[in-house]
Amino acid sequence: MTKIGLEIHCQLTKLESKLFCSCKADYRNLSPNSNICPVCIGLPGSLPILNKKAVEKATMISLALGCKIPEQISFFRKNYFYPDLPKGFQITQYNAYGPTSIGSDGVVQIEEKKIRIRRIQLEEDPGRLVYEGSSEKTQITLVDYNRAGAPLVEIVTEPDFENPKQVRIFLNVLADLVENLGVSDPYLEGAMRVDGNISVEKANRVEIKNVGSFRDIEKALHFEITRQQSLVERNIPVVAETRHWDEARKITVSSRSKEEEQDYRYLPEADIPIIQIAQNKIAALKENMPESIIAKKERYAQKYGIPPQVADVLSSDKFYSDLFENAHTDTNAKEIANIITTDLMGFADTREKKLDLKITPKHISDLADAILNGTITRNSGKIALQEMVKTGKSLSDVKSSLDLGNVSDVSSLEKIIDEVFKEEEKAVLEAKQNPDTVNYIVGKVMKKTKGKASPGTTLELIRKRLLSS
Amino acid sequence: MNLGISATEYVSQIRNGQISAEEFIAKTLDRIRTVEGKVHAYITIDEQNALNQARIIDKKIKAKERIGALFGMPISIKDNICTSGIRTTCASKMLENFIAPYDATVVSRLKQDDAIIIGKVNLDEFAMGSTTEFSCFGPSRNPWNVEYVPGGSSGGSGVSVSALECVASLGSDTGGSVRSPASFCSVVGLKPTYGLVSRYGLVSYANSIEQIGPVARKVEDIALIMNTISGHDSHDDTTVEKGRVDYLQDLNAGVKGKKIGLVSQMTGDGVDKEVSSATNAAVSKFQDLEAECIPISLDSVEHSVAAYYTIASAEASSNLSRYDNLRYGFDLGTEGYEFKAYVSKVRSNFGPEVTRRMLLGAFVLSAGYYGKYYLKAQKVRAMMKSQIDDAFKKVDFLVAPTMPILPFKIGEKIDDPLTLYLLDANTIMANLTGIPAISVPFAISSSGLPIGIQIFANSFQDKNLLQAAYALQQTTHLPEVPV
Ligand SMILES: [Zn+2]
Repeated sequence: MTKIGLEIHCQLTKLESKLFCSCKADYRNLSPNSNICPVCIGLPGSLPILNKKAVEKATMISLALGCKIPEQISFFRKNYFYPDLPKGFQITQYNAYGPTSIGSDGVVQIEEKKIRIRRIQLEEDPGRLVYEGSSEKTQITLVDYNRAGAPLVEIVTEPDFENPKQVRIFLNVLADLVENLGVSDPYLEGAMRVDGNISVEKANRVEIKNVGSFRDIEKALHFEITRQQSLVERNIPVVAETRHWDEARKITVSSRSKEEEQDYRYLPEADIPIIQIAQNKIAALKENMPESIIAKKERYAQKYGIPPQVADVLSSDKFYSDLFENAHTDTNAKEIANIITTDLMGFADTREKKLDLKITPKHISDLADAILNGTITRNSGKIALQEMVKTGKSLSDVKSSLDLGNVSDVSSLEKIIDEVFKEEEKAVLEAKQNPDTVNYIVGKVMKKTKGKASPGTTLELIRKRLLSS
Repeated sequence: MNLGISATEYVSQIRNGQISAEEFIAKTLDRIRTVEGKVHAYITIDEQNALNQARIIDKKIKAKERIGALFGMPISIKDNICTSGIRTTCASKMLENFIAPYDATVVSRLKQDDAIIIGKVNLDEFAMGSTTEFSCFGPSRNPWNVEYVPGGSSGGSGVSVSALECVASLGSDTGGSVRSPASFCSVVGLKPTYGLVSRYGLVSYANSIEQIGPVARKVEDIALIMNTISGHDSHDDTTVEKGRVDYLQDLNAGVKGKKIGLVSQMTGDGVDKEVSSATNAAVSKFQDLEAECIPISLDSVEHSVAAYYTIASAEASSNLSRYDNLRYGFDLGTEGYEFKAYVSKVRSNFGPEVTRRMLLGAFVLSAGYYGKYYLKAQKVRAMMKSQIDDAFKKVDFLVAPTMPILPFKIGEKIDDPLTLYLLDANTIMANLTGIPAISVPFAISSSGLPIGIQIFANSFQDKNLLQAAYALQQTTHLPEVPV
């Protein structure tokens, strides 16, 4: 049986400052080495000051993943030399001498499968290396320390995954979860990074590192399964090793370096005193934690009668579920869920498009009410929505500028039906014999009214007319 | 004008107009010019700035403006404590030209109280050593006999205060580094309780045990400086909030009715005869002052040197990893080097003692040896802490000689690291357990070399400790420094 375990690094992008200094946690889009201070570049004499909010956020993640929180946590130094590591060590957590990391022994249910969480730890991100120069000979390595000290949570699972698909589902669940908790924006570049380890039946364990994205981890795992299985079939042993994902060639490559087995010489970090985690503080955090995605989904289904699949889609996406929460009333909730999941998500299917939406809760709520009381059809509603998200104009403005009001008065509608009956004699005859074909005529009427006619009224009038003539 | 006045005398003389800050600084600079060639206390002297500051202080005094409690007093700073604008070398080639962009918290507090930072003083490279011979700028010399070592690692602090090149100094004490030169140079040196004085800006060597501590000629001066530098600091998470303490208040409370324990393991074999008899004399003085003195046995002390060098080296190997010469350092371009080759070339610039401790430290932390050495050392530390706790249930203070032997000649022991390590046998207990300890000048040997007596108190009993030290100081009459 194939066994896969994951190590996920998730940045706490929603924090104001880094883990041990007051530089910005969000280092993105800043000029190189401008988001640094004596602490995060490890100048002699500087000392780390623990960001207590980071402990809170990491506790929330641990709680959400069903982990145990110890009574006290502590930090360790992981010693190694690398140009992006300004102090020559990374401040992290370490459980070899007893559980002192923020979370351990958790479990996450994905569909029918239980994935156990081994531990969750809080640590600092290193800086970043930037390579310049075209060929290997002219290449120079630059170091940008803007990221150094950014707050990071490492989540380590047990090797409980049986295939890459479970990995993908888990990662999606995890990304939605941290976003819903308001601790991280997992879609920011580099905010969520995954390493894996995998062994197929009768084979040694192989670590996969350097994977850039969720999609790539799935590909890397597939590649490894095929590679390992073909080795096993030919009776060639699978070497226990670390392999790097080669993004360009889409294969894993043996790192072949002793560095990977280096000794990190873990040492307690004495500059940060042991932190007591009070039980009442955990209780208070639990109390104030945002509603979980699962609880939200159940509430949507039970309270508003939203179909389970729609509730699932809506609750997993923080942006849209927030919009829903702010827009809905007891009467229009179901309609709003419909508008968001069928229309709005269709317009804004990427992150960029989502951020560009000029939509407010009032837009959605007005639209749902209009549809429910028949002053606009679903069809016109969709057009109005598209205009509102583009311009930010109100529903009434959009309705009049695009002439989307309903053709609801019977006399003008009857006039149009008259016209259609004249133009479509053949279809009318057919409809008289076979009432199932009446929809064709309804379609013609709708076309003439540019979708503004109420489908119900139109059908009623056409039926009456068919009977009377 | 007498440059040998105490810090408190300085304050009273300048307040009543007997001296001016400028005069005093100018005279001090003259003195430095005269004796530096003999004693080599300073690495960097900030002459012009010191004079400018002194003029500003004098103007303030004339204009009757508010002035800080230190009134332009010249203070030297050990060169492993960061000062913005003056280089902080750690007596290492690695940081020969390093200028920190910030002041250590203790330095900014001194400045706020209108002290004048007159210069940066010598030390063993990165504070690793007990004699100040391991400085890349050459050794400092003992003002009581310039052929002899001044102790260390804060040798420059001890020498500059003893040789009247400043009124007081700040050193750092990792295993006795403030108390050793205090004892060898006949001045007072305090290692405060761990967490009482901010370490922000102190270049780390063994961060779980070291503290910045004052060196001065009198116990009351130590109290005055503690009033300025102690207390919680938002830049150092290990500092403790204890509220404001006035260390000068009730300094003469005496030791009447107090119980004092003489540590058996620090007074037996290996202690110089003259040091032993001075220690007994100190005990008699305490008895004269109506303290009760009893022997106390702390058998964990026998393992303290081994535990200390294991823990300190382990932390050193980690703390000194940052010196890769990429962000600051000396002039050596990276071009053409592979990273690891560059780092190892750069780090060959560390001196022999630093290299020794980093190797030792990396070894005791490595997989397979961690339990055998590092964890064992931590167990000794825990055992020592519990023995100390028990001892302080019985007594108020512990007493021992600061250094087991008299100062020795420069070069005499430098090739014998083990013998040098044993010099710390009596001081490191305070570092491993975090308790405060002070060395008080008590006697001069027949050969004319100083002997200091060490007093320990329980954690955060620093004020009581100073009271006991003051009581002992008042019983002594010591000659003036010969240099
Ligand atoms: Zn910073």
